[in-house]
Amino acid sequence: MERIEAIQKITEQLNDELIICNIGFPSRELYAVKDSPNNFYMLGSMGMASSIGLGLALAQKRRVVVLDGDGSLLMNLGSLVTIFNQKPNNLILVILDNGCYGSTGSQCSYASTVNLSRVAEAVGFKNLFLFWNEIDFSEILNINESIFVHVKVEKGNADVPVIDIEPEDIKSRFIEEVKGR
Amino acid sequence: MKDSSQTIYQALKNAGINFVVSLPCVNLGKLMEMVECDIDVIHVPVNREEEGFGICAGAYLGGKKTAILMQNSGLGNSVNVLASLYKLYKIPIIMIISHRGTEGEFMNAQVPMGEATTGVLDALEITYFNPKTPEDALKLISKAVTHADMESVPVGILLEISFW
Repeated sequence: MERIEAIQKITEQLNDELIICNIGFPSRELYAVKDSPNNFYMLGSMGMASSIGLGLALAQKRRVVVLDGDGSLLMNLGSLVTIFNQKPNNLILVILDNGCYGSTGSQCSYASTVNLSRVAEAVGFKNLFLFWNEIDFSEILNINESIFVHVKVEKGNADVPVIDIEPEDIKSRFIEEVKGR
Repeated sequence: MKDSSQTIYQALKNAGINFVVSLPCVNLGKLMEMVECDIDVIHVPVNREEEGFGICAGAYLGGKKTAILMQNSGLGNSVNVLASLYKLYKIPIIMIISHRGTEGEFMNAQVPMGEATTGVLDALEITYFNPKTPEDALKLISKAVTHADMESVPVGILLEISFW
């Protein structure tokens, strides 16, 4: 499965969840698949997606979906430990794992030799899901606990344009969306 | 003279700070306890300051007023997140920084980062205040929060060893 397919399959099954999306091509692909004020596109600060998602989940009640990557999670692995300890009941951490740094030329990451699901399990995550081909969120959306979703995807990026929204506008419309409920 | 930790806590409360992340420093211990015991403040201990900035950015998107309690060493761990998240998107935060490596420091190892601290803040164009007494801190933290909110930027409060 290509990553953009995975993003499409996931967003099709979401309702009005808030999405924090990792830097680089993942954000561009999400933007191309389905732009929405519910989406916060990261344009910098690699590694911070899961942390931003945790802060957002703790600050308000709506469900938060983080679309993170393997390289990005490895850059901030301690985040899993913090999420586990804080136990937000409205956070779904999705790792789109292509085993490489896809936005910089597909150099291998250590996720090609280390199973990130088993890392999450060792940290203490109880709700673990692994998808290779089909992605089914029906059970996931009925769990009110922190959830780790591991999606294996192929290397490579879709041919999609850059995000033509100013960072401040990405932020402002997202904040308005959160406030509006 | 007022108690230094109590004053910082009071200043943060006065400013409406309701979401705090922290990493310990010997000088921040009492303040961390006060924050932890306050049921109106969400307190998230973190593993690394950079992560703390990420969490606070998310909390800000969710409507909270945030602060980080950290040692100046953590500023070095957080340069990129301050530039490519906070500066890029214009996100406010109050940084309560125990400034080690300043006059009275007993550990030589703290001196290099202590000396680099204001230069790093200057390079990031982050405004900071340097209160010398608790009375000073009460006024300057209020001013810092106003500035952070008005400009949507991080503001630093550097508390040297002699402050505590």
